[in-house]
Amino acid sequence: MAKRTFKVVNQSVTKLDAIPLALGKPLFVADFKPADALYAKFLWSPHAHAIIKSIDISAAEKMPGVHCVLYHGNVPRIAHTTAGQGYPEPSPYDTFMFDRKVRYVGDRVAAVAAETLEIAEAALKAIRVEYEILKPVLSIEEALQEGSPVIHDEPEARAIIPVPYEPQKNIAAKVGMDVGNVEQAIAGAAYKLDNSYYIHLAQHCPIEPHVALAHVDAEGRLVIRTSTQVPFHARRITAQVLDIPVRMVRVIKPRIGGGFGVKQEVLIEDVVGMMAWRTRRPVFLMYTREEEFVSSRTRHPERIRVRLGADPEGTLTALSMDCISNTGAYGAHALTVVCNSGSKVLPLYRSANVHFTGTAVYTNLPVGGAYRGYGATQAAFAVESAVDEFAETIGIDPLVFRMNHHIRSGETSPVFAALGEGKAGVQQSIGSCGLDKCIKLGAKAIGWKKRGDWRKKKGRYRRGIGMCCLMQGSSIPEIDMGAASLKMNEDGSFNLLMGATDLGTGSDTVLAQIAAEAIGTTSDKILVYSSDTDMTPFDVGAYASSTTYLTGNAVLDAGLKVKKQILSVAAELLEKKPSELEVRDAQVFAKDGSGSVTFQDVALHSLYAANQFQIAAISSNISHKSPPPFAAHFAEVEIDTETGLIRVVKYVAATDCGTAIHPKLAEGQVEGAVMNGICYALTEQYLFNEKGRMTNDSFLNYKIYSMRDKPEMVTILVPTYEKTGPFGAKSVSEIGINGPCPVIANAIYNAVGVRLRETPFTPEKIWRAMQQH
Amino acid sequence: MSGTKTISFTLNGAKKEFAIAPGELLVKLLRRSGLTGTKEGCDEGTCGACTVIVDGRAVMSCIMPAFLVEGRRVETIEGVGDFGKVHPIQQALADAGAVQCGYCIPGLIMSAKALLEEKPDASDEDIRTHMDGNLCRCTGYEKIWTALRNVRDANQPKQA
Ligand code: FES
Ligand code: FES
Repeated sequence: MAKRTFKVVNQSVTKLDAIPLALGKPLFVADFKPADALYAKFLWSPHAHAIIKSIDISAAEKMPGVHCVLYHGNVPRIAHTTAGQGYPEPSPYDTFMFDRKVRYVGDRVAAVAAETLEIAEAALKAIRVEYEILKPVLSIEEALQEGSPVIHDEPEARAIIPVPYEPQKNIAAKVGMDVGNVEQAIAGAAYKLDNSYYIHLAQHCPIEPHVALAHVDAEGRLVIRTSTQVPFHARRITAQVLDIPVRMVRVIKPRIGGGFGVKQEVLIEDVVGMMAWRTRRPVFLMYTREEEFVSSRTRHPERIRVRLGADPEGTLTALSMDCISNTGAYGAHALTVVCNSGSKVLPLYRSANVHFTGTAVYTNLPVGGAYRGYGATQAAFAVESAVDEFAETIGIDPLVFRMNHHIRSGETSPVFAALGEGKAGVQQSIGSCGLDKCIKLGAKAIGWKKRGDWRKKKGRYRRGIGMCCLMQGSSIPEIDMGAASLKMNEDGSFNLLMGATDLGTGSDTVLAQIAAEAIGTTSDKILVYSSDTDMTPFDVGAYASSTTYLTGNAVLDAGLKVKKQILSVAAELLEKKPSELEVRDAQVFAKDGSGSVTFQDVALHSLYAANQFQIAAISSNISHKSPPPFAAHFAEVEIDTETGLIRVVKYVAATDCGTAIHPKLAEGQVEGAVMNGICYALTEQYLFNEKGRMTNDSFLNYKIYSMRDKPEMVTILVPTYEKTGPFGAKSVSEIGINGPCPVIANAIYNAVGVRLRETPFTPEKIWRAMQQH
Repeated sequence: MSGTKTISFTLNGAKKEFAIAPGELLVKLLRRSGLTGTKEGCDEGTCGACTVIVDGRAVMSCIMPAFLVEGRRVETIEGVGDFGKVHPIQQALADAGAVQCGYCIPGLIMSAKALLEEKPDASDEDIRTHMDGNLCRCTGYEKIWTALRNVRDANQPKQA
């Protein structure tokens, strides 16, 4: 790889919003709440599955200070999906603003807008509801049982793209693919494995819960400020649900207090929008922490069967995975998450025979959604645990087995073409792949060589080391689109307007760096305004690890177009041909040394002097590939054999994300994802009572890690150059969360000899497994 | 408002009077008075986003009734720094790349400031323990940890 030198890219410049955020400036939705805003509040279902027999809102409506009460009887009944995805959405249309049926504890029954929160709460208590309670379906197994209650029996429920959808069987989505013949390959294999895994439900826990503020402006249009990852989808879906034209809705995204996928959902915009539309008053709604747990979105739990086969030399000949995901009460992201369980994990290892099925089932539990990792987290746990175990069966070091089988630069996998998002995938061959180096550097950092057999370990506290390999993607090829517009100002600065949605990742900064590098200036000269459906060009939003790769290329192209215009104006000023000029440090130089002009000279000339025009460009980009970032993760754990208590001593994550546009932010993505993954693997879980009610809906008893729990972390970025990415970049935001579950499971085995195939790995589970052993 | 009462306290160095409703929590009072830098993440004392400093100690303003600060000194993020006079903790976090979404950051700064003012030579263990109540879901704490230790180290008198 040729050494490339960059001026702005690959540098850790100060994140554009870091200081304003650290100063506590008003930047978030709630900070804009006007004093006269009404407070909105939901009435939630206390039952997991019930019909609303009658509902009486009259007392609530009459209460002084109450301005609006919504329920199924007074809003349009429009089937839609809350999943903020491209149109037509691959998620089924199975949701209504309010419905006659409630499908989980925490489902919407009604909502009130009132002068104060206290009045809104009192009004909710005044709503009389009579339910006919139905039998709830609380697990994947129950959902699939013959004769099980049907959760979506409403006639409107449908898929709007041609994919299997069988709500009468509680099936929200189905997908599959076959390459070669796995059955035959397994039948003839010298080594075989057939294991089932279960990976659990969890929540994203952004520190800022869902929050939105709506008002009707002086021109009669609905303006919604909302903490969303998908402003354009939020506009489209809100207009759909309110049954008003898209042009009547404006969505503005200020800073977002974390998303991780949960805000790739149009969760509350419809209700605040409808209330503002009806009352003509500003309406504010912020979820409580409890509501964020129960009535927002979660990670789809999956039951996964993995089968592997290998020939006598230990070469993988069969790779098979059957995933059943639990999408909860609604099918948000049901199809695409389970598709990604296959498409983001199976291509990692070469095998002539590959089999995959994915099924998503409805249950009366909280709703699944997009969550960082998006199906890959689930499948990586199963496959990377299985591969570890399989290597041991064969008698080969699991690191060497992975080295022998992982996909490399120049290779392809039939899975890419076979599995897409709601349709066939897109064939691609791997461009950059630094996985070998990730494995080598990671192994060295953790001390893989000192890893001993668990059978030889003694003493109460035993340590073990585990590893895994990972891949993800960068954008959804041939579906996702991002655009950017750039214009030059008098002082040689530039406005960069994008629909791309910085949800705290730093994408505004990263994209400003790309613009600055393309134009030949510094990132502080790029003024970023992102995500306002009236002002910025379209972008699908922040999901599928797409922003740097997808929107980055649009920004790069816009930057190059602007640079060309700058050169043409400079040519006029310097009386040269553009080809005789070059840009350096916000100046244009004649290559022969005869003269130079600053960007400011160019801008002033273009705006005031002669042949005036606005130096500006707009570019759009669609991706044709989804180049995977790769990673190798390693962990050392220590287990107290008397109590099962587990501690992660050290965690090493080596990641190939192509060129890291902003190394510190890239590291931050890995560290945040890994930490989230570690507490998902060890402590986070939903506890339900027999009626389907979550019983631990608070940070008091749903434990997410604090600084005190942080293990020693080593983050290694392995530079590669992805030719199709902006300045060689691929994605980095999601991949890191997929590692901790399999790595820790493998490390537990290496420490004490038990294989845990169900997450999370609580001390109790570890201890029990050790007793049976 | 029935039962409204007036309290006075020192807010970011200036003596102020506020009419408060019965049971009103400090975070609500601050935010409705335009000091929106103090964030709400749980309203039950479990996330630390609402941390402010009262008489030198970090407290969670979402569980502190406003009347309890009568006559005391309250410091919020707005009093810590501003453009042109950024506080070293704020600068260190920005420099370390520790500010992702930034929602946890004002509360976290208030906690760290209370600690480092009381104990400029806080040990690593002191920092970990003290910061236990400030949850951050974005960063994995690694860069925050680096930033806070940098501030602490910069506080130390140079060895002769
Ligand atoms: S908002 Fe006060 S601790 Fe969470
Ligand atoms: S930076 Fe987002 S929660 Fe801390």
